[in-house]
Amino acid sequence: MAKAKAPAQRKPAPGLGTERLREMYYHMVMARALDERCWVLNRGGQAPFVISGQGHEAAQVGTAMAFDSAKDFLCPYYRDLGVVLAFGVTPREVMCGLLARANDPSSGGRQMPSHWGHAGRRVITGSSPVATQILHAAGVALAAQVRGEDTVAAAFFGEGSSNQGDFHEGLNFASVHRLPVIFICENNGYAISVPLSKQMSISSVAARAAGYGIPGVEVDGLDPLAVYQATEEAVARARRGEGPSLLDLKVVRLTSHSSDDDQRSYRPAEDLAAERQRDPLPRFRSWMESQGVWDAQQEQDLGARIQREVDDATEFALASPVPDASTLLDHVYAP
Amino acid sequence: MAMTYLEAVRETLRQEMRRDSRIIIYGEDVGVRGGVFRATEGLQAEFGEDRVMDSPLAESAIVGTAIGAAINGLRPVPEIQFADFIFPAVNQIIQEAARIRYRSNGTFGVPLVIRAPYGGGIHGALYHSQSIEAFFAHVPGLKVVMPATPYDVKGLLASSIEDEDPVLFLEHKGAYRSIRGEVPDERYLIPLGEADVKRTGTDVSIISWGMTVNSSLKAAEALAKQNISVEVLDLRTIRPLDTEAILATAKKTGKVLVVHEDNLTGGFGGEVSALIAEHALFDLDAPIRRLAGPDVPAMPYAPSLEHAFLVTPEKIEAAAKELALF
Amino acid sequence: MPEGLTAEILTDMYYHMVLARVLDDRMWVMNRLGRAPVVYSSNGHEATQVASAFALDRGRDWVVPYYRDLALVLAMGMSPRDVFLHLMGRASDPNSGGRQMPAHWGSVDLKILTTGSVVTTQMMHAAGIALAAKLKHEPTVAMATFGEGSTSQGDFHEALNFASVMKVPAIFLNENNGYAISVPSRKQMAVPDVAARAQGYGMPGVVVDGNDPIKVYEAVKAAADRARAGEGPTLIEAKTYRFVPHSSDDDDRAYRSREEVAEAKKHDPLAVFERQLREQGLLDDAQHKQIHDRAKAAVDDATEFADAAADPDPSTLGRHVYHEAAV
Repeated sequence: MAKAKAPAQRKPAPGLGTERLREMYYHMVMARALDERCWVLNRGGQAPFVISGQGHEAAQVGTAMAFDSAKDFLCPYYRDLGVVLAFGVTPREVMCGLLARANDPSSGGRQMPSHWGHAGRRVITGSSPVATQILHAAGVALAAQVRGEDTVAAAFFGEGSSNQGDFHEGLNFASVHRLPVIFICENNGYAISVPLSKQMSISSVAARAAGYGIPGVEVDGLDPLAVYQATEEAVARARRGEGPSLLDLKVVRLTSHSSDDDQRSYRPAEDLAAERQRDPLPRFRSWMESQGVWDAQQEQDLGARIQREVDDATEFALASPVPDASTLLDHVYAP
Repeated sequence: MAMTYLEAVRETLRQEMRRDSRIIIYGEDVGVRGGVFRATEGLQAEFGEDRVMDSPLAESAIVGTAIGAAINGLRPVPEIQFADFIFPAVNQIIQEAARIRYRSNGTFGVPLVIRAPYGGGIHGALYHSQSIEAFFAHVPGLKVVMPATPYDVKGLLASSIEDEDPVLFLEHKGAYRSIRGEVPDERYLIPLGEADVKRTGTDVSIISWGMTVNSSLKAAEALAKQNISVEVLDLRTIRPLDTEAILATAKKTGKVLVVHEDNLTGGFGGEVSALIAEHALFDLDAPIRRLAGPDVPAMPYAPSLEHAFLVTPEKIEAAAKELALF
Repeated sequence: MPEGLTAEILTDMYYHMVLARVLDDRMWVMNRLGRAPVVYSSNGHEATQVASAFALDRGRDWVVPYYRDLALVLAMGMSPRDVFLHLMGRASDPNSGGRQMPAHWGSVDLKILTTGSVVTTQMMHAAGIALAAKLKHEPTVAMATFGEGSTSQGDFHEALNFASVMKVPAIFLNENNGYAISVPSRKQMAVPDVAARAQGYGMPGVVVDGNDPIKVYEAVKAAADRARAGEGPTLIEAKTYRFVPHSSDDDDRAYRSREEVAEAKKHDPLAVFERQLREQGLLDDAQHKQIHDRAKAAVDDATEFADAAADPDPSTLGRHVYHEAAV
């Protein structure tokens, strides 16, 4: 694997001590390993559908770790495996979702995989029509403001979603009311097959912030430290009552849109190869090593630990019961 | 020649675009990728980027701009990637496209065909499985077409494109690759509003539309082996509705089973049942029976739950048999 | 004065502004007399509306208006009689045959697209008309108008994004009067200018004094030229004021002070333009009187004409749900 190096002189934000940096890396590697296992299960016929976050790990983990998992709320989208792992969702829970088991905490097997939701982890259930969650995050922040709570909400979405009316309505509403909410665009340059140039006439989604009078920040989404820092600033601003921010995290999409897609049909082979060279994982590892907070032994130990945990999650989910057909009618209304 | 339902969609679009330069296609991923189901595969290569365009990810914009383009002389055939994603565009469809002729006293019209894949049984869960026809069949000014076979796809899609009013053309995702049939090479039109007796019978009538017509035919085949003769009426379009055909089959067999995949309450089966009750009650030998999806918000993902939701040939067979023995 | 604006055209612009105001005032009288159930005004917006129409190629270009655009549709060629037939819901109302509420304009002949009541849908339609024009290689421009409240709708965002990506010949003209019914623009958006949003779509965003018809004309003309040259859409924000309540069912004393309204009236576009024309020597007292008399006569005629016109026959209730083939 090629190593795109982050500048060695880069210093992490004060909130990121050695243990936090290692935790960050752990979540990134776990997200990748779990994601890869999902594809194996798909190709093995055990998981009908997979949708991936590969290439987004630095952006997802870097941003999620800048929130307070004890009081903030996240409204993720389907690519956010790294986000939910960093917020405390376990690999077992992820695998139960993938395999649609009765004990899947997001929907009890009702939704497609990666439609994250976890009441205990402050991760709000999402759907498939994109951009609806942007409004929900604004509403969560409104409630926090009305109730005088020190809670910040976050909405995650792809750049394609920023073309939906709900994006505009959500940002406008949040900015008028100066709500404590962060809008986080994971911009990988493709809405399924449609490149950025056919989605909008601007190169950065952050440019849209000017229309709402809020900060719009373009960030290298392959650098978890930069992402963490930008998010931390936005969160602090929100907690001070200064309103929302829009982050445009530039990332790569290393897989097809989903297991039903083949991106080779619409992306040139050279582009795919070039993106592969920009993988955020080796880049961050290399930076950690340059800072003396990581070494080859630790890498080997981590690999073994991740392997164990992913195996355990897979076996746990495979052994978990499927939903009973008699529960089909449950939960249409409150009990 | 024999082709799949999906190929019938694609080849009809191709044939119509060759003969009518006003037709344009746009939507999410319909261009280079040829649609997520490949319904428009190869069309951009043949007709160019001006006539087959990838649009930004915004359904209200897709329908709203298509209204303007239709008024200014084109024949847009936009695609909504999944029927479940049509809801952001509902205002543009119901309150604009379907209402423009009436509100302008007949001076403006919106010749527009919105294609949308609907239906479940493909592990699509709550947002890639819905049957949405009942929401839209309620709307005067709109036409709702739901073909069951490749042959009907071709004739109905061509008619929809020629129509002067907005048409919602619903294609069942499960049918795309599983349903094959003969489709003539030459162009033909099937009028909107004409139902089709897909199988004649004398004991029970099954009335359905879209994919469940195929499931009903399977059930009828199984019942024939048990000496129960089932007539299957395919409505093909639910607005305009072929009331005559509905009443004719109801009067003929005296026993009616209405089948749809959409959930039961407020489903279009209620309209069909009411028509029969109003106009043919005394020709019936048994109460009208409806078989439909359960009243849950949408189809769940886990195979156990998805199967429990689906209206399968086995469930249709059991319901029709019960009715035959009534 | 901009090139092409002859004395004749300028006085014609002034006439249409006066006509709109006189017509508008008469509609309120009709409402208070119980003869028109509801009235929506262009009162205060006349400069923006008339000047923007004059900057288009009328007869070729489309306008996709909203309910406040009385002066716009008059400048596009709608007659006072047609306006009153519409106001009174007569069968011969060319906008809708008495089906829609007043101020829901539409005319195939004048290239005014029929509009609904749910705000902002029209911006999509303008983008679509422009898309068709582009694909047909016609030098046609489509202009959508809308209030600043509409800019909070998702359709605003989707239309501007679509139009800019597709580079269609469209103009988005915001008539910003500072109020969405009762909600002031500071509660509507966190930015002072709607035009600031243009940069999110990579298109020019222009702020213009909406009470100055010459400034509006220049901005719209530049946008139309740009569109026709294949350079894509423009967002124009014309800052203006609504001198009357939102509609005849509204009472604006509940949400804005009389002092504020009086202050705004100091910039009445009719007075602004009258002053400009007099300074240029294009208008004298006699011409002024003649224009006002002509407007009043047209409005009197329209009132009488519509008063005598027939109501729609109830038997036509079910017509035009679908296309009716020519017999």
